[in-house]
Amino acid sequence: MAINLDSKTPGGSLEDKWSNYKFDMKLVNPANKRKHTVIVVGTGLAGASASATMGELGYKVKTFCIHESPRRAHSIAAQGGINAAKNYQNDGDSVYRLFYDTVKGGDFRSRESNVYRLAEISPNIIDQCVAQGVPFAREYGGTLANRSFGGAQVSRTFYARGQTGQQLLLGAYQSMMRQVAGGNVELHTRREMLDLVVIDGQARGIVVRNLRTGELETHAADAVILATGGYGNVFYFSTNAKQSNVTASWRAHKKGAAFGNPCFTQIHPTCIPFSGDYQSKLTLMSESLRNDGRCWVPKKEGDTRPPEQIPENERDYYLERIYPSYGNLAPRDVASRQAKYRVDEGLGVGPTKTAVYLDFRDAVARVGQKGIEEKYDNLFAMYAKITGEDPYKSPMRIYPAVHYTMGGLWVDYNLMSTIPGLHVLGEANFSDHGANRLGASALMQGLADGYFVIPYTIGNYIAATKIGHVDTNHDAFKAAKAAAQERIDKLLNIKGKQTADEIHRKLGLVMWEQVGMARNKAGLETAIRDIGKLREEFWNDIRVSGDADNLNPELERAGRVADFLELGELMARDALARDESCGGHFREEFQTSDGEATRDDANFSHVAAWEYTGDPGITGAKNWARHTEPLTFDRVHLATRSYK
Amino acid sequence: MGGTNSTNLKLKLKVWRQKNPQSEGHFENYDVDSISSDASFLEMLDVVNNKLIRDGKDPIAFDHDCREGICGSCSMVINGNPHGPQKGTATCQLHMRKFQSGDSITIEPFRAKSFPVIKDLAVDRSAFDRIIASGGYVSVNAGNARDANSIPVPKAKAERAFMSAACIACGACVAACSNSSAMLFVSAKVSHLGLLPQGDPERESRVLKMMRTMEEAGFGNCSNTGACSLACPKEISFENIADLNREFARASAKERA
Repeated sequence: MAINLDSKTPGGSLEDKWSNYKFDMKLVNPANKRKHTVIVVGTGLAGASASATMGELGYKVKTFCIHESPRRAHSIAAQGGINAAKNYQNDGDSVYRLFYDTVKGGDFRSRESNVYRLAEISPNIIDQCVAQGVPFAREYGGTLANRSFGGAQVSRTFYARGQTGQQLLLGAYQSMMRQVAGGNVELHTRREMLDLVVIDGQARGIVVRNLRTGELETHAADAVILATGGYGNVFYFSTNAKQSNVTASWRAHKKGAAFGNPCFTQIHPTCIPFSGDYQSKLTLMSESLRNDGRCWVPKKEGDTRPPEQIPENERDYYLERIYPSYGNLAPRDVASRQAKYRVDEGLGVGPTKTAVYLDFRDAVARVGQKGIEEKYDNLFAMYAKITGEDPYKSPMRIYPAVHYTMGGLWVDYNLMSTIPGLHVLGEANFSDHGANRLGASALMQGLADGYFVIPYTIGNYIAATKIGHVDTNHDAFKAAKAAAQERIDKLLNIKGKQTADEIHRKLGLVMWEQVGMARNKAGLETAIRDIGKLREEFWNDIRVSGDADNLNPELERAGRVADFLELGELMARDALARDESCGGHFREEFQTSDGEATRDDANFSHVAAWEYTGDPGITGAKNWARHTEPLTFDRVHLATRSYK
Repeated sequence: MGGTNSTNLKLKLKVWRQKNPQSEGHFENYDVDSISSDASFLEMLDVVNNKLIRDGKDPIAFDHDCREGICGSCSMVINGNPHGPQKGTATCQLHMRKFQSGDSITIEPFRAKSFPVIKDLAVDRSAFDRIIASGGYVSVNAGNARDANSIPVPKAKAERAFMSAACIACGACVAACSNSSAMLFVSAKVSHLGLLPQGDPERESRVLKMMRTMEEAGFGNCSNTGACSLACPKEISFENIADLNREFARASAKERA
């Protein structure tokens, strides 16, 4: 199958592209909008905002989520904030600076036009959210407050304590529920998308499992939007929620949607370290803490004194030492790698020696405990609950953990995948963050896509495309439903010995060791072999308890792990094919003498978009073909990223 | 990780099992050991479930997701308390260091007429979504917002709105209330939006619609015990209910006039 990777970037100068697009696009007459059904899968920031806005415009929207309530999507857990080029602080911010910081932060592996649009839209997002009543932090004069995040030298991050994602999601959720009440959005909760239905080359519907009754349902539409989040849980341990999974994206991939840059994963520098075998996930400590917290390790190996007793001159504030201009606010990939180096050097702290300190002593001395409470109280409380220790008294112990995936389904400027009609928003697409996402930019992208991009581009698609009448009696729906049923039966009938969780943990270990913070050729080749073996183990030895006709979390988990076992291999193949280091993708063969990433712009200034070419069971040796979309930088000068 | 690491808690669990909404539920007993005091309560249940699966039995179903105390999914009553013994803490953030070896722990779903059991510890809280859909929003379409700083909000007011907006809609307030009232949930949203200038134009219609939907969904009246606020993992203030009553009375009077 030929894959078309035309980005469809509009003409004109960078500043004019989005305006030109909006002027040139085709419109759907208001009275005709209600004749068009659009399916939205996922109700995080991107899905809820898209559903709300398309409902407001008058489309017939059908929205699906795996949770019992749409408000529980994992966007809710985002802590630190949302960026916007408001320049309220008068500190030199601008749309261009946010655009530039984002392209540079992504290590020059994102599409200029998409990123510029994101920065251009960012101020509208804050306006929209404030109008909805999102309770952002305020100054005494009543204006909005800002703080700094990594990879930026201006304060452009808007926040609601450490619960920014929650407040933004509730704003989008409430707007969507208003449309539900108004009859414009039909909400289907506890539904998991199991397949995409493609008819005559167009995305025309989905198969979902009603998680409550087990029933398989089919739904038809004129266009389908996936806003189903990232795939960090392929590592088993991540800061993602337990239900976060790749299944919707993966099934679309196997139906023809190219997967962009799957190896670009973000390892977040400040998470609560691993503590024991029973552990089910890792918990993030917001990057905003690096505004006031200082990262350090003892200078002396094997220094077992309590941190408070280690004098100033025996501490290595390594980020401040190596990156004097950005200090503790170096971008995430850089900060994570430096933490790993310290631990590799034997300087790690805590019982397992796999942590570094994040110390608030100086900040507490400067602004008092109350000042710190106002900014971060819920984060400090969460740390105390999880570890049983008081971070006001002794420094937090932190270590990097998988947090976000920059890769995702390939989309063009319209946010449309390689399957016409299938649009992908938020973390589920690959588009804006290149090889490393800057802090507080995920919320910005999710809401930009949902409130301000897709409402325009979906109209353009619907108005400009011949979309014939199709309903769920079409053979393609019946076939997709039968295939989903067959897979469920197969999972239940293997009756092996291992739980999905056990195999998932094994996969996670392979991914973390070989496809994690540092990668190399031999390790990636080993990973591909090991993942293949695990996949075989899974399909011969999985044990799924219960049956298919009621709530069965084990069955849900097994289906998701089966997809992770395929995605994991693709991630390793992508990492192996990219013979350079950039952003979160660090190949040990390609580094400077002081351990910084070495990009290869001559050969790798492109998006890798993988086409699935294998059989449905992924048994063949060659299941994917690698295609590329060249990245051209008309405005930004390609430079070696420096935060020193 | 913690200073009091012990990996050998022995516990006697008594867990509510119910196959589906139609069937009658019952308690089952499970003896568990080798539980780390650093594990979370849900991680303890994961250990129990893994053993059940290996033994060919149906694992205990419960809702959970973020495991960071913010998504509001977890919904169990532990020894009579929604979310268990630790104040201001959702079940997923409750850690086993709050228990002693030898403890007996009774685990039940949130119980309320308006929260029917789906399976074991998982309940249907869609009534909360219906209450929000009836009026828990500011009616503003994407695209017609003005500059954010043109709506100044005094810091103290913004803080109060935030404290109310922190509600995670877990439903512990309902489970804790002898009348299964959802007044704390409703009041949190009414206060959040009512305190802000953006919410002012719909101040009366919002409270009327939300209160009526709450009643239709079968939630009871406030029991005035304050149990809701004590059980709330986000410690939403009981004062919100007094504010709600005043707002409702004011809006009703205006409606009659």
